Amino acid sequence: MSTTNPTSTAAGVGLAVRGLRKSFDGQEVLKGIDFIVQPGEIFVIMGPSGSGKSVLLKHLIALETADAGEIFINGEPITTPEIAAKYRMALVFQSGALLNSLTVGENVGLYLTEHQLKSPAEIEKIVEEKLADVGLKDAIHKTPGELSGGMKKRAAIARALVIEPQLILYDEPTSELDPLSAVVIGNEILELNQRIGVTSLIVSHDRDLAFGIADRIAVMAEGRILVIGTPDEVKNFNDPQVQDFLRAGLHREK
Amino acid sequence: MFENSGDIALLFWRTLLALPQTWRQRQKVMDQFFEIGNASLLMVCVLTFFIGGVIALNFGPVLVEHSMASAVGGVVGLAIAKELAPVMMAILIAGRIGSAMAAEIGSMRVYQEIDALRTMNINPIHYLVLPRVLAIAFALPMLVIFSVLVGWFGGAVVANYNHLMEIPFRVFFADLKDIVKLQDVVNGVFKSFCFAIIIGVVSCHQGLTTLGGPRGIGRSVTKAVVNSIVLIVIFDYILTRILLN
Repeated sequence: MSTTNPTSTAAGVGLAVRGLRKSFDGQEVLKGIDFIVQPGEIFVIMGPSGSGKSVLLKHLIALETADAGEIFINGEPITTPEIAAKYRMALVFQSGALLNSLTVGENVGLYLTEHQLKSPAEIEKIVEEKLADVGLKDAIHKTPGELSGGMKKRAAIARALVIEPQLILYDEPTSELDPLSAVVIGNEILELNQRIGVTSLIVSHDRDLAFGIADRIAVMAEGRILVIGTPDEVKNFNDPQVQDFLRAGLHREK
Repeated sequence: MFENSGDIALLFWRTLLALPQTWRQRQKVMDQFFEIGNASLLMVCVLTFFIGGVIALNFGPVLVEHSMASAVGGVVGLAIAKELAPVMMAILIAGRIGSAMAAEIGSMRVYQEIDALRTMNINPIHYLVLPRVLAIAFALPMLVIFSVLVGWFGGAVVANYNHLMEIPFRVFFADLKDIVKLQDVVNGVFKSFCFAIIIGVVSCHQGLTTLGGPRGIGRSVTKAVVNSIVLIVIFDYILTRILLN
Protein backbone atom coordinates (compact mmCIF):
# COMPACT_ATOMS: atom_id res chain seq x y z
CA MET A 1 0.00 0.00 0.00
CA SER A 2 1.27 3.43 -0.92
CA THR A 3 2.04 5.75 1.95
CA THR A 4 1.66 9.00 0.04
CA ASN A 5 -1.50 11.03 0.40
CA PRO A 6 -3.64 11.10 -2.71
CA THR A 7 -4.25 14.45 -4.32
CA SER A 8 -7.55 15.94 -5.37
CA THR A 9 -9.09 16.21 -8.79
CA ALA A 10 -11.43 19.02 -9.81
CA ALA A 11 -14.36 17.36 -8.04
CA GLY A 12 -13.13 14.51 -5.89
CA VAL A 13 -10.57 14.44 -3.11
CA GLY A 14 -8.54 11.57 -1.79
CA LEU A 15 -8.52 10.17 1.70
CA ALA A 16 -5.80 8.39 3.64
CA VAL A 17 -6.23 6.50 6.91
CA ARG A 18 -3.20 5.35 8.86
CA GLY A 19 -3.06 3.12 11.93
CA LEU A 20 -6.51 4.07 13.23
CA ARG A 21 -7.35 2.60 16.64
CA LYS A 22 -10.34 3.07 18.87
CA SER A 23 -11.56 1.42 22.08
CA PHE A 24 -14.84 1.78 23.95
CA ASP A 25 -14.81 0.73 27.62
CA GLY A 26 -11.59 -1.21 27.13
CA GLN A 27 -12.88 -3.11 24.10
CA GLU A 28 -10.89 -2.37 20.97
CA VAL A 29 -13.29 -1.72 18.07
CA LEU A 30 -10.75 -0.51 15.50
CA LYS A 31 -7.43 -2.36 15.61
CA GLY A 32 -5.18 -0.40 13.29
CA ILE A 33 -6.98 0.53 10.09
CA ASP A 34 -4.94 1.56 7.02
CA PHE A 35 -6.28 2.39 3.58
CA ILE A 36 -6.20 5.01 0.87
CA VAL A 37 -9.11 6.17 -1.27
CA GLN A 38 -8.12 7.75 -4.57
CA PRO A 39 -9.86 10.90 -5.87
CA GLY A 40 -13.01 10.07 -7.83
CA GLU A 41 -13.02 6.45 -6.69
CA ILE A 42 -15.96 4.41 -5.38
CA PHE A 43 -14.53 2.58 -2.39
CA VAL A 44 -16.74 0.16 -0.49
CA ILE A 45 -15.99 -1.11 3.00
CA MET A 46 -17.83 -4.37 3.63
CA GLY A 47 -18.07 -6.52 6.68
CA PRO A 48 -20.48 -8.21 9.03
CA SER A 49 -22.42 -6.25 11.65
CA GLY A 50 -20.23 -5.23 14.56
CA SER A 51 -17.03 -5.26 12.53
CA GLY A 52 -16.45 -1.54 13.22
CA LYS A 53 -17.56 -0.07 9.87
CA SER A 54 -19.87 2.63 11.21
CA VAL A 55 -17.39 3.62 13.94
CA LEU A 56 -14.75 3.99 11.24
CA LEU A 57 -17.11 6.20 9.21
CA LYS A 58 -17.70 8.50 12.21
CA HIS A 59 -13.94 8.91 12.58
CA LEU A 60 -13.60 9.86 8.93
CA ILE A 61 -15.87 12.86 9.41
CA ALA A 62 -14.50 13.71 12.86
CA LEU A 63 -17.63 12.80 14.81
CA GLU A 64 -15.40 10.50 16.88
CA THR A 65 -11.83 10.98 18.03
CA ALA A 66 -9.36 8.15 17.49
CA ASP A 67 -7.18 6.77 20.29
CA ALA A 68 -4.32 6.49 17.78
CA GLY A 69 -3.70 6.92 14.08
CA GLU A 70 -4.40 9.66 11.60
CA ILE A 71 -6.85 10.50 8.84
CA PHE A 72 -5.79 12.82 6.02
CA ILE A 73 -7.84 14.52 3.39
CA ASN A 74 -5.65 16.11 0.74
CA GLY A 75 -2.73 15.75 3.12
CA GLU A 76 -4.45 17.68 5.92
CA PRO A 77 -5.26 15.77 9.10
CA ILE A 78 -8.97 15.69 9.94
CA THR A 79 -9.31 16.65 13.57
CA THR A 80 -12.59 18.59 13.64
CA PRO A 81 -15.83 18.62 11.62
CA GLU A 82 -14.78 22.09 10.41
CA ILE A 83 -11.88 20.58 8.44
CA ALA A 84 -14.22 17.95 7.02
CA ALA A 85 -16.55 20.79 6.00
CA LYS A 86 -13.67 22.73 4.41
CA TYR A 87 -13.12 19.86 2.00
CA ARG A 88 -16.87 19.53 1.51
CA MET A 89 -17.23 16.04 2.94
CA ALA A 90 -20.81 14.89 3.29
CA LEU A 91 -22.17 11.93 5.19
CA VAL A 92 -25.38 10.20 4.15
CA PHE A 93 -26.62 8.57 7.34
CA GLN A 94 -28.16 5.11 7.47
CA SER A 95 -31.49 6.54 8.60
CA GLY A 96 -31.16 9.66 6.44
CA ALA A 97 -31.06 11.75 9.67
CA LEU A 98 -33.34 14.40 8.20
CA LEU A 99 -34.48 16.98 10.74
CA ASN A 100 -38.08 16.09 11.52
CA SER A 101 -38.99 19.66 12.45
CA LEU A 102 -38.23 20.86 8.89
CA THR A 103 -39.75 20.11 5.50
CA VAL A 104 -37.76 18.09 2.98
CA GLY A 105 -36.94 21.30 1.08
CA GLU A 106 -35.75 23.04 4.25
CA ASN A 107 -33.63 20.01 5.11
CA VAL A 108 -31.97 20.00 1.72
CA GLY A 109 -31.29 23.75 1.85
CA LEU A 110 -30.23 23.78 5.50
CA TYR A 111 -26.49 24.09 4.87
CA LEU A 112 -26.95 27.08 2.56
CA THR A 113 -29.53 28.73 4.83
CA GLU A 114 -27.56 28.38 8.04
CA HIS A 115 -24.29 29.57 6.53
CA GLN A 116 -26.13 32.31 4.59
CA LEU A 117 -24.28 31.39 1.41
CA LYS A 118 -27.09 32.31 -1.02
CA SER A 119 -30.23 34.40 -1.14
CA PRO A 120 -33.52 32.65 -0.27
CA ALA A 121 -34.56 32.65 -3.96
CA GLU A 122 -31.24 31.08 -5.01
CA ILE A 123 -31.50 28.48 -2.25
CA GLU A 124 -35.02 27.55 -3.37
CA LYS A 125 -33.79 27.08 -6.93
CA ILE A 126 -30.83 24.94 -5.85
CA VAL A 127 -33.05 22.84 -3.57
CA GLU A 128 -35.46 22.18 -6.44
CA GLU A 129 -32.56 21.18 -8.70
CA LYS A 130 -31.02 18.80 -6.16
CA LEU A 131 -34.35 17.21 -5.32
CA ALA A 132 -35.01 16.78 -9.05
CA ASP A 133 -31.59 15.09 -9.35
CA VAL A 134 -32.74 12.37 -6.95
CA GLY A 135 -36.31 12.22 -8.29
CA LEU A 136 -37.96 13.90 -5.31
CA LYS A 137 -39.05 17.25 -6.72
CA ASP A 138 -42.65 16.69 -5.60
CA ALA A 139 -41.60 16.05 -2.01
CA ILE A 140 -40.22 19.54 -1.40
CA HIS A 141 -43.02 20.59 0.98
CA LYS A 142 -43.46 17.22 2.67
CA THR A 143 -42.12 16.44 6.12
CA PRO A 144 -39.62 13.58 6.59
CA GLY A 145 -42.33 11.60 8.38
CA GLU A 146 -44.31 11.44 5.13
CA LEU A 147 -41.44 9.80 3.19
CA SER A 148 -40.62 6.12 2.78
CA GLY A 149 -37.22 4.76 3.83
CA GLY A 150 -35.87 4.94 0.26
CA MET A 151 -37.17 8.48 -0.24
CA LYS A 152 -35.54 9.59 3.03
CA LYS A 153 -32.19 8.26 1.80
CA ARG A 154 -32.60 10.02 -1.53
CA ALA A 155 -33.49 13.25 0.28
CA ALA A 156 -30.37 12.79 2.41
CA ILE A 157 -28.32 12.39 -0.79
CA ALA A 158 -29.89 15.62 -2.13
CA ARG A 159 -28.90 17.35 1.13
CA ALA A 160 -25.36 16.07 0.66
CA LEU A 161 -25.28 17.29 -2.95
CA VAL A 162 -26.13 20.87 -1.90
CA ILE A 163 -22.68 21.07 -0.29
CA GLU A 164 -21.21 20.32 -3.75
CA PRO A 165 -19.21 17.59 -2.05
CA GLN A 166 -15.75 16.42 -2.98
CA LEU A 167 -16.20 13.29 -0.88
CA ILE A 168 -19.46 11.57 0.06
CA LEU A 169 -19.57 8.97 2.79
CA TYR A 170 -22.54 6.61 2.76
CA ASP A 171 -23.51 4.62 5.86
CA GLU A 172 -25.40 1.48 4.81
CA PRO A 173 -27.21 3.25 1.95
CA THR A 174 -29.32 0.22 1.00
CA SER A 175 -30.17 -1.16 4.44
CA GLU A 176 -33.87 -1.58 5.23
CA LEU A 177 -34.76 -1.06 1.56
CA ASP A 178 -36.59 -3.39 -0.79
CA PRO A 179 -34.40 -4.81 -3.61
CA LEU A 180 -35.75 -2.37 -6.22
CA SER A 181 -35.15 0.72 -4.04
CA ALA A 182 -31.66 -0.62 -3.24
CA VAL A 183 -30.89 -0.80 -6.96
CA VAL A 184 -32.19 2.77 -7.45
CA ILE A 185 -29.94 4.06 -4.66
CA GLY A 186 -26.95 2.13 -6.05
CA ASN A 187 -27.52 3.57 -9.52
CA GLU A 188 -27.78 7.08 -8.10
CA ILE A 189 -24.45 6.70 -6.29
CA LEU A 190 -22.83 5.45 -9.49
CA GLU A 191 -24.41 8.19 -11.60
CA LEU A 192 -23.24 10.92 -9.20
CA ASN A 193 -19.74 9.55 -9.23
CA GLN A 194 -19.65 9.53 -13.02
CA ARG A 195 -21.38 12.91 -13.49
CA ILE A 196 -19.52 15.08 -10.96
CA GLY A 197 -16.49 12.92 -10.23
CA VAL A 198 -17.13 12.93 -6.49
CA THR A 199 -15.17 10.44 -4.40
CA SER A 200 -17.53 7.96 -2.75
CA LEU A 201 -16.81 5.88 0.33
CA ILE A 202 -19.56 3.42 1.14
CA VAL A 203 -19.93 1.33 4.25
CA SER A 204 -22.26 -1.57 3.59
CA HIS A 205 -22.82 -5.26 4.04
CA ASP A 206 -24.80 -5.35 0.78
CA ARG A 207 -22.78 -7.63 -1.46
CA ASP A 208 -24.78 -6.78 -4.59
CA LEU A 209 -24.19 -3.07 -4.11
CA ALA A 210 -20.49 -3.49 -3.42
CA PHE A 211 -19.70 -5.77 -6.35
CA GLY A 212 -22.05 -3.81 -8.61
CA ILE A 213 -20.56 -0.32 -8.30
CA ALA A 214 -17.22 -0.41 -6.42
CA ASP A 215 -13.88 0.38 -7.99
CA ARG A 216 -12.24 -1.21 -4.95
CA ILE A 217 -13.55 -3.10 -1.95
CA ALA A 218 -12.17 -3.51 1.57
CA VAL A 219 -13.49 -6.32 3.76
CA MET A 220 -13.44 -5.70 7.51
CA ALA A 221 -13.91 -8.11 10.37
CA GLU A 222 -13.41 -7.65 14.11
CA GLY A 223 -11.91 -4.17 13.74
CA ARG A 224 -9.35 -5.10 11.08
CA ILE A 225 -9.22 -4.84 7.31
CA LEU A 226 -8.72 -8.32 5.89
CA VAL A 227 -8.30 -7.42 2.24
CA ILE A 228 -8.39 -4.44 -0.12
CA GLY A 229 -8.67 -4.88 -3.87
CA THR A 230 -10.79 -4.73 -6.98
CA PRO A 231 -14.04 -6.72 -6.86
CA ASP A 232 -12.36 -9.60 -8.71
CA GLU A 233 -9.33 -9.58 -6.41
CA VAL A 234 -11.56 -9.66 -3.34
CA LYS A 235 -13.74 -12.40 -4.78
CA ASN A 236 -10.66 -14.57 -5.37
CA PHE A 237 -8.85 -13.69 -2.13
CA ASN A 238 -7.94 -16.88 -0.36
CA ASP A 239 -8.90 -16.19 3.26
CA PRO A 240 -11.51 -18.24 5.12
CA GLN A 241 -13.05 -15.20 6.90
CA VAL A 242 -13.42 -13.26 3.64
CA GLN A 243 -14.80 -16.24 1.78
CA ASP A 244 -17.22 -17.07 4.62
CA PHE A 245 -18.59 -13.50 4.47
CA LEU A 246 -18.86 -13.50 0.67
CA ARG A 247 -20.35 -17.01 0.52
CA ALA A 248 -23.01 -15.99 3.04
CA GLY A 249 -24.07 -13.45 0.47
CA LEU A 250 -23.94 -15.95 -2.38
CA HIS A 251 -25.96 -18.47 -0.38
CA ARG A 252 -28.78 -15.93 0.05
CA GLU A 253 -28.99 -15.52 -3.73
CA LYS A 254 -29.86 -19.17 -4.35
CA MET B 1 -27.04 15.60 38.93
CA PHE B 2 -23.97 17.04 40.61
CA GLU B 3 -21.53 14.88 38.61
CA ASN B 4 -22.79 16.72 35.51
CA SER B 5 -22.56 20.20 37.02
CA GLY B 6 -19.22 20.87 35.28
CA ASP B 7 -20.68 19.92 31.89
CA ILE B 8 -23.78 22.04 32.55
CA ALA B 9 -21.60 25.03 33.50
CA LEU B 10 -19.53 24.47 30.34
CA LEU B 11 -22.67 24.41 28.18
CA PHE B 12 -23.81 27.64 29.85
CA TRP B 13 -20.44 29.24 29.07
CA ARG B 14 -20.57 28.06 25.44
CA THR B 15 -24.10 29.44 25.16
CA LEU B 16 -22.85 32.80 26.43
CA LEU B 17 -20.07 32.71 23.83
CA ALA B 18 -22.72 32.03 21.17
CA LEU B 19 -24.64 35.23 22.05
CA PRO B 20 -23.23 37.14 19.04
CA GLN B 21 -25.19 34.62 16.89
CA THR B 22 -28.48 35.88 18.34
CA TRP B 23 -29.43 38.10 15.40
CA ARG B 24 -28.76 35.27 12.98
CA GLN B 25 -30.95 32.92 15.01
CA ARG B 26 -33.67 35.50 15.73
CA GLN B 27 -36.38 33.65 13.84
CA LYS B 28 -35.82 30.49 15.87
CA VAL B 29 -35.79 32.54 19.10
CA MET B 30 -39.14 34.10 18.17
CA ASP B 31 -40.61 30.71 17.18
CA GLN B 32 -39.56 29.19 20.50
CA PHE B 33 -40.74 32.26 22.41
CA PHE B 34 -44.27 32.07 21.00
CA GLU B 35 -44.35 28.32 21.46
CA ILE B 36 -43.52 28.71 25.16
CA GLY B 37 -46.10 31.50 25.54
CA ASN B 38 -48.85 29.62 23.73
CA ALA B 39 -48.18 26.41 25.60
CA SER B 40 -48.15 28.03 29.03
CA LEU B 41 -50.29 31.17 29.20
CA LEU B 42 -53.65 29.60 30.01
CA MET B 43 -52.11 27.29 32.58
CA VAL B 44 -50.26 30.22 34.16
CA CYS B 45 -53.54 32.13 34.51
CA VAL B 46 -55.40 29.25 36.12
CA LEU B 47 -52.52 28.30 38.42
CA THR B 48 -51.74 31.76 39.75
CA PHE B 49 -55.37 32.81 40.12
CA PHE B 50 -55.89 29.92 42.50
CA ILE B 51 -52.54 30.41 44.24
CA GLY B 52 -53.53 34.02 44.99
CA GLY B 53 -56.91 32.79 46.16
CA VAL B 54 -55.52 30.11 48.45
CA ILE B 55 -53.02 32.51 50.04
CA ALA B 56 -55.86 34.93 50.77
CA LEU B 57 -57.97 32.04 52.07
CA ASN B 58 -55.22 30.77 54.38
CA PHE B 59 -54.01 34.05 55.84
CA GLY B 60 -56.98 36.42 55.38
CA PRO B 61 -59.34 35.06 58.07
CA VAL B 62 -56.49 34.86 60.61
CA LEU B 63 -55.44 38.45 59.92
CA VAL B 64 -59.07 39.65 60.06
CA GLU B 65 -59.57 37.82 63.36
CA HIS B 66 -56.56 39.69 64.78
CA SER B 67 -57.84 43.03 63.47
CA MET B 68 -55.28 43.18 60.71
CA ALA B 69 -57.64 43.05 57.73
CA SER B 70 -55.70 45.87 56.12
CA ALA B 71 -52.62 43.58 55.86
CA VAL B 72 -54.30 40.94 53.69
CA GLY B 73 -53.53 42.70 50.39
CA GLY B 74 -49.90 43.19 51.41
CA VAL B 75 -49.38 39.59 52.52
CA VAL B 76 -50.91 38.17 49.35
CA GLY B 77 -49.05 40.71 47.20
CA LEU B 78 -45.66 40.05 48.75
CA ALA B 79 -46.00 36.27 48.83
CA ILE B 80 -46.91 36.14 45.16
CA ALA B 81 -44.47 38.74 43.85
CA LYS B 82 -41.41 37.68 45.81
CA GLU B 83 -41.73 33.91 46.00
CA LEU B 84 -44.74 32.04 44.72
CA ALA B 85 -45.02 33.41 41.19
CA PRO B 86 -41.32 33.04 40.28
CA VAL B 87 -40.88 29.60 41.85
CA MET B 88 -44.22 28.07 40.87
CA MET B 89 -43.96 29.37 37.31
CA ALA B 90 -40.40 28.07 37.03
CA ILE B 91 -41.50 24.61 38.23
CA LEU B 92 -44.44 24.67 35.82
CA ILE B 93 -42.21 25.68 32.91
CA ALA B 94 -39.58 23.07 33.86
CA GLY B 95 -42.29 20.41 33.66
CA ARG B 96 -43.92 21.66 30.52
CA ILE B 97 -41.20 23.31 28.42
CA GLY B 98 -37.98 21.87 29.90
CA SER B 99 -39.28 18.34 29.37
CA ALA B 100 -40.23 19.15 25.76
CA MET B 101 -36.76 20.63 25.11
CA ALA B 102 -35.00 17.57 26.53
CA ALA B 103 -37.25 15.22 24.56
CA GLU B 104 -36.85 17.08 21.26
CA ILE B 105 -33.07 17.47 21.48
CA GLY B 106 -32.70 13.96 22.92
CA SER B 107 -34.66 12.54 20.00
CA MET B 108 -32.46 14.50 17.58
CA ARG B 109 -29.39 13.07 19.29
CA VAL B 110 -30.65 9.48 19.23
CA TYR B 111 -31.73 9.66 15.58
CA GLN B 112 -28.39 11.22 14.49
CA GLU B 113 -29.91 14.58 13.50
CA ILE B 114 -27.33 16.37 15.66
CA ASP B 115 -24.54 14.41 14.00
CA ALA B 116 -26.02 15.49 10.66
CA LEU B 117 -25.87 19.14 11.78
CA ARG B 118 -22.23 18.73 12.78
CA THR B 119 -21.32 17.20 9.42
CA MET B 120 -22.78 20.34 7.81
CA ASN B 121 -20.59 22.45 10.10
CA ILE B 122 -23.69 23.75 11.92
CA ASN B 123 -22.94 24.20 15.60
CA PRO B 124 -25.71 22.52 17.65
CA ILE B 125 -25.23 25.13 20.39
CA HIS B 126 -25.93 27.95 17.93
CA TYR B 127 -28.74 26.10 16.18
CA LEU B 128 -30.50 24.34 19.06
CA VAL B 129 -29.37 25.57 22.48
CA LEU B 130 -29.05 29.35 22.03
CA PRO B 131 -32.57 29.92 20.62
CA ARG B 132 -34.17 27.82 23.35
CA VAL B 133 -32.25 29.37 26.24
CA LEU B 134 -32.89 32.91 24.98
CA ALA B 135 -36.56 32.23 24.33
CA ILE B 136 -37.16 30.80 27.78
CA ALA B 137 -35.08 33.56 29.40
CA PHE B 138 -37.44 36.16 27.89
CA ALA B 139 -40.65 34.18 28.16
CA LEU B 140 -40.49 33.09 31.80
CA PRO B 141 -40.04 36.62 33.29
CA MET B 142 -42.94 37.82 31.12
CA LEU B 143 -45.10 34.94 32.28
CA VAL B 144 -44.12 35.77 35.87
CA ILE B 145 -45.17 39.43 35.47
CA PHE B 146 -48.46 38.21 34.07
CA SER B 147 -48.87 35.63 36.82
CA VAL B 148 -48.17 38.21 39.56
CA LEU B 149 -51.03 40.35 38.26
CA VAL B 150 -53.41 37.39 37.91
CA GLY B 151 -52.38 36.08 41.36
CA TRP B 152 -53.08 39.43 42.97
CA PHE B 153 -56.44 39.49 41.26
CA GLY B 154 -57.22 35.96 42.47
CA GLY B 155 -56.33 36.96 46.03
CA ALA B 156 -58.51 40.08 45.77
CA VAL B 157 -61.49 38.08 44.47
CA VAL B 158 -61.30 35.59 47.35
CA ALA B 159 -60.72 38.35 49.93
CA ASN B 160 -63.75 40.20 48.60
CA TYR B 161 -66.24 37.35 48.30
CA ASN B 162 -65.22 35.12 51.22
CA HIS B 163 -67.65 35.72 54.07
CA LEU B 164 -64.85 35.62 56.67
CA MET B 165 -63.03 38.56 55.06
CA GLU B 166 -65.26 40.63 52.75
CA ILE B 167 -62.44 43.06 52.02
CA PRO B 168 -63.40 45.44 49.18
CA PHE B 169 -61.18 45.42 46.07
CA ARG B 170 -60.24 49.08 46.65
CA VAL B 171 -59.00 48.36 50.20
CA PHE B 172 -57.17 45.19 49.15
CA PHE B 173 -55.25 46.94 46.36
CA ALA B 174 -54.58 50.10 48.41
CA ASP B 175 -53.02 47.92 51.11
CA LEU B 176 -51.09 45.95 48.50
CA LYS B 177 -49.79 49.19 47.00
CA ASP B 178 -48.63 50.39 50.43
CA ILE B 179 -46.69 47.26 51.28
CA VAL B 180 -45.41 45.83 47.97
CA LYS B 181 -42.61 47.89 46.45
CA LEU B 182 -41.66 47.87 42.79
CA GLN B 183 -38.30 46.42 43.88
CA ASP B 184 -40.09 43.35 45.27
CA VAL B 185 -41.63 42.66 41.87
CA VAL B 186 -38.35 43.34 40.07
CA ASN B 187 -36.52 40.94 42.40
CA GLY B 188 -39.09 38.23 41.69
CA VAL B 189 -38.79 38.76 37.95
CA PHE B 190 -34.98 38.69 38.21
CA LYS B 191 -35.16 35.37 40.06
CA SER B 192 -37.39 33.97 37.31
CA PHE B 193 -34.84 35.07 34.70
CA CYS B 194 -32.15 33.06 36.54
CA PHE B 195 -34.51 30.06 36.85
CA ALA B 196 -35.22 30.26 33.12
CA ILE B 197 -31.50 30.02 32.33
CA ILE B 198 -31.25 27.00 34.65
CA ILE B 199 -34.21 25.25 32.97
CA GLY B 200 -32.94 26.02 29.46
CA VAL B 201 -29.35 24.94 30.01
CA VAL B 202 -30.15 21.85 32.11
CA SER B 203 -32.82 20.64 29.67
CA CYS B 204 -30.65 21.20 26.60
CA HIS B 205 -27.72 19.48 28.34
CA GLN B 206 -29.85 16.44 29.10
CA GLY B 207 -31.05 16.36 25.49
CA LEU B 208 -27.55 16.64 24.06
CA THR B 209 -26.22 13.84 26.28
CA THR B 210 -29.07 11.40 25.61
CA LEU B 211 -27.89 7.85 24.92
CA GLY B 212 -29.79 4.80 23.74
CA GLY B 213 -33.21 4.69 22.13
CA PRO B 214 -36.64 5.80 23.35
CA ARG B 215 -35.84 4.68 26.91
CA GLY B 216 -32.84 7.00 26.88
CA ILE B 217 -35.08 9.89 25.82
CA GLY B 218 -37.48 9.08 28.67
CA ARG B 219 -34.60 9.06 31.16
CA SER B 220 -33.33 12.40 29.85
CA VAL B 221 -36.75 14.01 30.18
CA THR B 222 -37.11 12.84 33.78
CA LYS B 223 -33.61 14.00 34.67
CA ALA B 224 -34.14 17.37 32.99
CA VAL B 225 -37.26 18.08 35.03
CA VAL B 226 -35.97 16.74 38.36
CA ASN B 227 -32.55 18.42 38.06
CA SER B 228 -34.13 21.72 37.01
CA ILE B 229 -36.50 21.72 40.00
CA VAL B 230 -33.74 20.83 42.47
CA LEU B 231 -31.50 23.60 41.09
CA ILE B 232 -34.41 26.09 41.08
CA VAL B 233 -35.04 25.48 44.79
CA ILE B 234 -31.33 25.71 45.67
CA PHE B 235 -30.82 28.88 43.64
CA ASP B 236 -34.05 30.33 45.04
CA TYR B 237 -32.48 30.31 48.48
CA ILE B 238 -29.15 31.69 47.23
CA LEU B 239 -30.77 34.46 45.18
CA THR B 240 -33.21 35.40 47.95
CA ARG B 241 -30.31 35.64 50.36
CA ILE B 242 -28.35 37.88 47.94
CA LEU B 243 -31.36 40.07 47.07
CA LEU B 244 -32.31 40.54 50.74
CA ASN B 245 -28.84 41.95 51.40
